[in-house]
Amino acid sequence: MIRFENVSKVYPRSTRPALSEVSLDVERGEFVFVVGASGSGKSTLLRLVLKEENATQGTVLVAGQQVGRLPQRKVPRLRREIGTVFQDFRLLPNKTVYQNVAFALQVLGRSAHAIRQVVPETLEMVGLEGKEKRMPHELSGGEQQRVAIARAFVNKPPILLCDEPTGNLDPTTSLDIVRLLDRINRTGTTIVMATHDDDIVNQLRKRVVELKNGQVIRDENKGVYGSGG
Amino acid sequence: MRLQFLLSEIWTGLRRNLSIAVSVILVTTVSLYLLGLGLLFQREVDTLKGYWYDRIQVSIFLCGENSADANCAGKAVTDAQKADLKDQLEQMKPLVKNIYYESEQQAFDRFQDQFRNSPLAGNIRVGDIPPSYRVQLNDPTKYDVVVSAFEGAPGVGRVQDQQKTLDKLFTVMNGITIAALGLALIMIICAVLLMATTIRQAAFSRRRETGIMKLVGASNLTIRLPFVMEIVLATLVGSATAIGLLWATMHYLVAPYIAQAQPDVALVGESDVWVIAPLLGGVMLAVAILTSWATIRRYLRV
Repeated sequence: MIRFENVSKVYPRSTRPALSEVSLDVERGEFVFVVGASGSGKSTLLRLVLKEENATQGTVLVAGQQVGRLPQRKVPRLRREIGTVFQDFRLLPNKTVYQNVAFALQVLGRSAHAIRQVVPETLEMVGLEGKEKRMPHELSGGEQQRVAIARAFVNKPPILLCDEPTGNLDPTTSLDIVRLLDRINRTGTTIVMATHDDDIVNQLRKRVVELKNGQVIRDENKGVYGSGG
Repeated sequence: MRLQFLLSEIWTGLRRNLSIAVSVILVTTVSLYLLGLGLLFQREVDTLKGYWYDRIQVSIFLCGENSADANCAGKAVTDAQKADLKDQLEQMKPLVKNIYYESEQQAFDRFQDQFRNSPLAGNIRVGDIPPSYRVQLNDPTKYDVVVSAFEGAPGVGRVQDQQKTLDKLFTVMNGITIAALGLALIMIICAVLLMATTIRQAAFSRRRETGIMKLVGASNLTIRLPFVMEIVLATLVGSATAIGLLWATMHYLVAPYIAQAQPDVALVGESDVWVIAPLLGGVMLAVAILTSWATIRRYLRV
């Protein structure tokens, strides 16, 4: 589903590469933790998948498409295949929970009928039924992240990228959020989650890819957070 | 993208940025009003040209008993000379359309009537104004042919061409036209800069929304169109206001005051506003679309 072939990324005016010769293969329906310290290249990896950045070297393949060669006008189509969740939620503060989720469909031109059907379903799935009319500032951090997940998933993308989704949450809430992601994963959605939350990684026992200074130093199934050092 | 969603996006955008939307409307109104005035002046010049060219005459003043013109040498024109001149003029058809003879008595009467409210009327006697041939031309621009043919001919005092007098008037009116169009140009430049600033500001204040739109894969058009449409909408309101103002100027100022004071002069009217309206709207629409699209390409990268 996602494939990196000897991918390097050097940001302009930077002395060392953010990613260096990274090769990685994520199968359809997999759940992968990408771990590593700050600055190890986790976010760059996700940005390359979204074509927010282009690789300096190597090939990035997403759903069979060479992302590097994708013309700019086809980028929106690529991003419709990918849901994205961030540490800082990125909700629209002047829209309700329902409107925030519906917004993702409205800008894609979905019919009002379809939106009325899909949005409540998705909100129920993430456990926010009954809170449709709340504003984001009236919700807890965990609930806000659920809204963000609902918005990322409402279009049923085959891939979900999560960039430290639990970074702003307490341990219990974090675990709830990852359990929700696990549930989404079981519907067949490929999930790549960048994190440095060792508790979560250790509890879920999924595939772990560890980055250090832009290089993959460990890639193991059912891994734990710190075993590779 | 659904129309309803687009409309609601535009509406929210305008409401959040109301003061700046109003300023775009006002600048558009003023620039188009000036542009419209310039165009109406130009139409007035054209109308007047048509009007005067129908009536324009070359006056061939003959020698009267008191003529001071050098060519007359103090002698009045003879009947034979008059007949010769008349023959020559007849031969110049079709360049010459009509020939009228104005006797000294007729010239005196016309002068008395024209200056009936002026003390000048009392100071003139029959014979002070020499008799003349009034020649109407088919093509008023070819007056110099007639002038050169009769200048200095026996019995002719001088040849006077009314075109020259009119040209001065037209020069003044063209000057006013150019001034109005120049001001309009400056205002349109202001409008362009204001539109660009408006979009920059809107793009900045809505970077969260556009960021999310990009992320979920909204097309470039979906992201950009609301910005363009907001400017286009403000421009349309401004254009409509400007056209309304031009109409009001014609209806409440030109028609009742100037047209009544000068009933014998052809003036532009309300109908001319409708003729230039599509041009005004079109110009501003093109300016709005081009400006906003160019600004968005620069400040709203997708």
